[in-house]
Amino acid sequence: MDHETKQPGDSSSVVLCPDGPILIRGDFEIVTPSGDPVPRQRTTVALCRCGASAIKPYCDGSHKLIKFRTDA
Amino acid sequence: MKRPDPRGPVSAELIDLLTRRPGADPAAHSELLVLAAEAARLTDDILDDDDLQLALFCLYELHYGGVEGVDDAWEWEPGLIAVRRLLEEPFEQALRSAALVAAGPPSETPAAEGKPDSDAVADMLFALAAQDSGPSLSRYVAKKATAEQLAEFLIHKSIYQLKEADPHTWAIPRLAGRPKAALVEIQADEYGGGRPHRMHSALFARTMQGLGLDTSYGSYADAVPAVALASVNMMSLFGLNRRLRGAITGHLAIYEMTSSRPNHLYARGFRRHGFGADVTEYFDEHVEADAVHEQIAGRDLAGGLAEAEPQLLEDILFGATAALAVDARLTAHIVEAWEDGRSSLRTPLLAAA
Repeated sequence: MDHETKQPGDSSSVVLCPDGPILIRGDFEIVTPSGDPVPRQRTTVALCRCGASAIKPYCDGSHKLIKFRTDA
Repeated sequence: MKRPDPRGPVSAELIDLLTRRPGADPAAHSELLVLAAEAARLTDDILDDDDLQLALFCLYELHYGGVEGVDDAWEWEPGLIAVRRLLEEPFEQALRSAALVAAGPPSETPAAEGKPDSDAVADMLFALAAQDSGPSLSRYVAKKATAEQLAEFLIHKSIYQLKEADPHTWAIPRLAGRPKAALVEIQADEYGGGRPHRMHSALFARTMQGLGLDTSYGSYADAVPAVALASVNMMSLFGLNRRLRGAITGHLAIYEMTSSRPNHLYARGFRRHGFGADVTEYFDEHVEADAVHEQIAGRDLAGGLAEAEPQLLEDILFGATAALAVDARLTAHIVEAWEDGRSSLRTPLLAAA
């Protein structure tokens, strides 16, 4: 990830955190399959990638407990 | 905050001095300096020294919300800054020793070699957070704590949580570029993203209200043990000294990394006693928020700072390890008291209604 090359005009970015969640910042919407907005409290969110979160779609740190690896 | 009760000669002299006009009595300044030097020399363990931790706590509070009946001009009074520095030196040494013990054998830290990259720094910090052992306050709260113990738990936490995020905010003007943007992003969320009622300190106050506790800052300063004050003093030491900017970022990163799971368990403890969303919202919010913050704090804040200023890596790890070490002592103090059927406070809660 080269943070230096990102331009101020970028509307959003997706960070694939090693062994962790997907971090999304910027201008975006999270919706259910039928298009309803998913309740959201903050501008930058971490989405669960390991499947173990108790607060999906958001991350609750459970990936650490199950030793989730993104390189495997 | 309201003026705390003295816990020994240094805090007594300091609190007495603060009620007077700044600079009016140079003799009293020198007397305080002599007392503080003597006490700092004689203390067995400054982290557990009630008198010195309370004195430091009051000195630092002048930089935050102030102390009731104390002239704001005391904040930069050279005589008081001299006392603060005199106490900070052995305090920092004690934190460095505690961190060294907690870090274990040096072979564990592949640091210092070459230029650290931000992913590697995040890995190091996540590894530190994962090896955090010792008795677990969160499991005790989830499964066993009585209603009185839940109130005690909030009282210990209130010394920091009612001004949550403030000590780390001192670091913002001391950083630049990527680590600065990361810290501001985290802090904006801590402060509610522009919504005062969503500020984490405000959420914590609502939790305290739900248990009938006083939510004014420092109202329980007299009740908590020295090590609870030391835990907050450590953040002020790191935040208020530019040379320790590595330590304050490491401290924040490790706080975020050791937060989501415990907060999930704390919420469970309060639900077990029938408390509703007004009380558990603070903890529920932290499960989600800190899973975001730990990623930003590990990689962009601490990692970004280590890339920009590689010589700070050692202090980043120091701040993280010292946070774990001091909080482990506070946890041990609380859990031991509870398991013995005692109050963990200096003055047990009488009628907290």
